[in-house]
Amino acid sequence: MDKSDIGQEERLLRPIQETGRGFWIFAGTLLAIGAWGVFAWFNQLRRGLDVSGLNVPVYWGLYITNFVFFIGISHAGTLISAILRLAHAEWRRSITRAAEVITVLVLFFGMSCVILDLGRPDRVMNVLRHGNFTSPLLWDVCSVSLYLTASTIYLYLPLIPDIAILRDLIPGRRWLYGPLSLGWTGTPRQVHLLDKAISVMAIIVIPIAVSVHTVVSWVFAMTVQPMWHSTIFGPYFVVGAIFSGIGAILIAMAIIRKAYHLEDYLKPIHFNNLGLLLLVFSLLWFYFTFAEFLTTYYGGEPMHMTIFLSKTEGKFSPLFWTMFVTCFAIPFPLLANRRTRGTVWGCVVASVSVEVGMWLERFLIVVPSLSNPRLPLTAATYIPSWVEWSLFAAFIAIFMLLYAVFTKFFPIVSIWEIREGRESSVREVSERVESYLPGGAESAS
Amino acid sequence: MARWGMVIDLDRCTACQACVVACQVENNVAPSNAGQAEAGRAISWLRLVPIQGERRGTRPDLQLIPLPCMHCSHPPCIKVCPVQATKIDHEGLVSQVYSRCIGCRYCTTACPYTVRHFNWKKPEWPAPMEETLSPDVSVRPRGVVEKCSFCHHRLQRAKDKAQAEGRPLKEGDYLPACAESCPAEAIVFGDLDDPRSAVVRLSQSPRAFKLLEELGTEPKVTYLSKGEWGGQV
Repeated sequence: MDKSDIGQEERLLRPIQETGRGFWIFAGTLLAIGAWGVFAWFNQLRRGLDVSGLNVPVYWGLYITNFVFFIGISHAGTLISAILRLAHAEWRRSITRAAEVITVLVLFFGMSCVILDLGRPDRVMNVLRHGNFTSPLLWDVCSVSLYLTASTIYLYLPLIPDIAILRDLIPGRRWLYGPLSLGWTGTPRQVHLLDKAISVMAIIVIPIAVSVHTVVSWVFAMTVQPMWHSTIFGPYFVVGAIFSGIGAILIAMAIIRKAYHLEDYLKPIHFNNLGLLLLVFSLLWFYFTFAEFLTTYYGGEPMHMTIFLSKTEGKFSPLFWTMFVTCFAIPFPLLANRRTRGTVWGCVVASVSVEVGMWLERFLIVVPSLSNPRLPLTAATYIPSWVEWSLFAAFIAIFMLLYAVFTKFFPIVSIWEIREGRESSVREVSERVESYLPGGAESAS
Repeated sequence: MARWGMVIDLDRCTACQACVVACQVENNVAPSNAGQAEAGRAISWLRLVPIQGERRGTRPDLQLIPLPCMHCSHPPCIKVCPVQATKIDHEGLVSQVYSRCIGCRYCTTACPYTVRHFNWKKPEWPAPMEETLSPDVSVRPRGVVEKCSFCHHRLQRAKDKAQAEGRPLKEGDYLPACAESCPAEAIVFGDLDDPRSAVVRLSQSPRAFKLLEELGTEPKVTYLSKGEWGGQV
């Protein structure tokens, strides 16, 4: 395969072929934050969870909040990409890969959060050795590992043809691209197999993704603690996860577009369409939150009300109302208005706001219920320590760094899928539309 | 087979905390310093905690009651432990396997009574106290969860003694340190399956109630009080 085969998609290879000063500064900054996190982590390893701000009864804090938050973000990629593929949404072509990479990377950080939270991280293998299947934490271990496996395969499959392009173009990196390309030459049989495999994986990952955040919610909902023990938690967490996930894709797209000058690939229409999806999830989030809080309030059980009031008017109220503003009051008008939704900045402001709000939501689920236990009559205060904040910052930094490194080795916008779009999807779509019409020919897809 | 349970008579309890100290010494629970207490990290298997009661005459509505592990028949902690580090045995004792616990603190959050404790630090004793540690109870390492065991090492000792004397275990052979030390005799301990035992007789008293009974945990600790408590905790 020679260069002419890439056709008009040459720009997509530029981030891999040339690396500017800006990238090194960006990577260096992130690496410094990551190194600080390693320092904080060694501190915790040496002195134990004594260095955290946790106490009795607030036994869980930032680490568990971040676990739920990161696993939530992971719903961005694979789930959205799979749904768009199955729905034959043609605008997906330039965003699916950017989304899928988020999933695979962020899952590692979600799982690491649980290990950070352990009092005895050296005994983590006991989970396999003495696993207790009545524990929702073990369900989590299973569903998250399954999701990580499935989404890694789902990221890798559509990468194969692009890796083959790179293998032929960059002889210096044959050691990497050679084995990874699995001998791809683009024969009709290979294309057919790949198509089939991608479709099958797209179907498989959807129920797995839904199960992942449902099970995460069950870690809380299966206990009898007030405002955790709720049947709505499964779907509520899944909706929140997809909500924060879409926000993450939009932010990633905006950065990639700016850094690699991909304005021609990540167009306002892509932001508009994902913005619409974010709007829908903002409304769904509002619906679930309203349903959850109204039910609690109307029932008025004293234990539940203690926690309800600590959120709405007590010591957590500044966080609670910030959550409401950032999850709904800011994104809703920005995304409902066509003029702001169709712009990159409109979507980015809405997305950053949603990320802040969804993180607060996770914090407000974990901490207030623990701060006001049924017994004894105490109200504890939890203030996260510098170690916990540092590790949070480091996780975000290292995640961004790995994401950036990925773009230096693989095209972040799928070359062959864009080309396929140019070559055949216009025809396919018009055939499909014709098949919908009376008198049109039957179509398979 | 015995099913061990406890009755705490709040009308007798003077909140003197002898039980708290006896428990601490018996079970090698390291004393906490002011800093740990302030951070809300003091470990105490048996604590006196405030509880909402009924105001009568000069009696305040907020009272202190001794709170050990309830040794629930349906313990919410056991189900959630990912590594089977907490178990209920055939005599109803809920125990913790320190050498297996990974310190995830799921059990501590699932327990509605907040009686499980996490070792934030390596336990430390002031110099002379180190030599008085009980050899029957293992010292817990940093990073694991611990809780009231109903002094189950004493059960083993009582069983051995009874066997050596060639007789069955009788009432009073096995007593946790708290029950033994209570000067007001407010803590009674025994076999809930033995119809003649004091715990069975007392737990049928009209003064009897259990904490958070509505959660279905079926605690094996019963409280006695003339006041109205039910539903107010």
